[in-house]
Amino acid sequence: MSTQPVASQPLGLPRKPSRANSAVRSTTNYIVSGLSILATAIVLVPLAAILFYLVYKGARSLNLAFFTHVPAPVGEEGGGMANAIVGSGIILILASLIGIPIGIAAGVYLAEFGRGKFLGNAVRFTADVLNGVPSIVMGISIYSLIVMQQKHFSAFAGGVALAIMMIPTVTRTTEEMLATVPHAIREAALGLGVPKWRTAISVSLRTASPGIITGCMLAFARVAGETAPLLFTALGNQFWSVKLNEPIAALPLQIYVYAISPYDEWHRLAWAGALVLISLIMVSVTLVRIYASRGVLKGGS
Amino acid sequence: MLACACSIFVIVLFIFVILILRSHLSLVQFGWKFFARQAWDPVAGDFGALSFIYGTLVTSLLALLMAVPLALGVAIFLTELCPRPLRAPISFLTELLAAIPSVVYGLWAVFVLVPIMRNSLGPFLYKILGWTGLFGGANFGVGMLTAGIILAIMILPIISSLTRDIMTAVPNSQREAALALGATKWEMIRIGVLRNARIGIVGAVMLGLGRALGETMAVTMVIGNHSEISKSLFAPGNTLASVIAGEFSEATGDLYLSALIEIGLALFLVTIVVNVIARLMVWAVTRGAPSRVS
Repeated sequence: MSTQPVASQPLGLPRKPSRANSAVRSTTNYIVSGLSILATAIVLVPLAAILFYLVYKGARSLNLAFFTHVPAPVGEEGGGMANAIVGSGIILILASLIGIPIGIAAGVYLAEFGRGKFLGNAVRFTADVLNGVPSIVMGISIYSLIVMQQKHFSAFAGGVALAIMMIPTVTRTTEEMLATVPHAIREAALGLGVPKWRTAISVSLRTASPGIITGCMLAFARVAGETAPLLFTALGNQFWSVKLNEPIAALPLQIYVYAISPYDEWHRLAWAGALVLISLIMVSVTLVRIYASRGVLKGGS
Repeated sequence: MLACACSIFVIVLFIFVILILRSHLSLVQFGWKFFARQAWDPVAGDFGALSFIYGTLVTSLLALLMAVPLALGVAIFLTELCPRPLRAPISFLTELLAAIPSVVYGLWAVFVLVPIMRNSLGPFLYKILGWTGLFGGANFGVGMLTAGIILAIMILPIISSLTRDIMTAVPNSQREAALALGATKWEMIRIGVLRNARIGIVGAVMLGLGRALGETMAVTMVIGNHSEISKSLFAPGNTLASVIAGEFSEATGDLYLSALIEIGLALFLVTIVVNVIARLMVWAVTRGAPSRVS
């Protein structure tokens, strides 16, 4: 079938399109539509199946002990991941404390000061590229930087590794959310004689804050599931530990260790852990979706 | 704020510098031949990354082969054919799946995909395509094909949602023009949409490739971790990322460690190059269109 069925005809000699040709064209149309619907079905059915299987397996394995007990020794029934949940919490709080301020500040720079400038574009581009750096590479660079210097694994190193992974996501969502703030609001502030930096912080940032907060939650949820950067930084721990300069347990690490272990009881705990992780991520992704699609901004018109 | 913005440059530079510093030992000892030698013998202190490069390329290409046609189909369906009420739930589901952590995909693969590969899909492929020699040898369920399949499942949502954004960015006048010339819907999609979006689509595919190259946990869990090149896709292998994840914490000796870090350096550079090209391509198409939170 020719790409330009009309233009290929000589002008002035209008020829009726033959019936066979139009039949072929409409058949192709139906075939392609069918294929595309089929592709969607092929993709969605297994993906939905993964999701439901995880929820099903996880829900059956989840119980109160999971949240309150530390891991039981091999061969013993029961036990939970309390230390891993707390450990993940500590690492993530640390990562957020480092990563979110830097990310938001960079995002504010991009949206308010760097529009159209070369430096702004370069930062935006580098953030996108940093976003694509494999997490395992992040893990070994933090290992080389912090763990090798300190001579031992630590929760702090894990936090730094995750913080670096958070920065590009936070930066880009902050920038996108700030871009949705109407210009009139900025102009009103500037018109009242407010300096530009003050406008950026008290007016634009505040107007966009619900969106930015959900963006931070999204970044938080993303790194909450990261395993590879923690393998050589936080290392994991079978015991209770909340110290920043010692190896610490983390939920994704524990899931990894349990999943490749040969014990059924540990497999059960791995499924439960996976469900907890996924619920956290689903909630934040849903929230971001709501904010991003409705543009729920305080001053937004 | 400028300082924070510049800190992003600093981070990237810093990762690069520290990786070079720490892999110095192996860089000096093996030079460029590191990437052309198959030997991987920690005991004798003899290292080469060829088998990992092979494993990475094979699994990523397998993943792309499976994921790209399907992702394109999904994107076409979502932007052009899908009834409006269905559009939001389906794209929401794909976004959700892009956010599932890789260790969870790995968990699923270990307990669901590996038995399927071992008991039904593997023997079936051997029966149909055994003559090609690609599906020979012992089938343990874990191996490069399984890793390729799980990678395909993981990069599908990314490619399809990016492609969807790119196709949405094509101006409607292009579609209308094609339709006004009497094109059928498919001809309209091909002439009006796909042709305009092709650079961006290639970019999206490359972003998916970048993700597949660096994917660690799920691959480590199902690839079998074996450092040898084998023609059969059932054979266990190793990728650049999975060998780091699998052996880094056991690496004894400075040379072993620096060889692993050099692999990390190679992975870093390759993914950066792939990502830069991909981003430039995506930008070329979506520039000016409203960006979207993903």
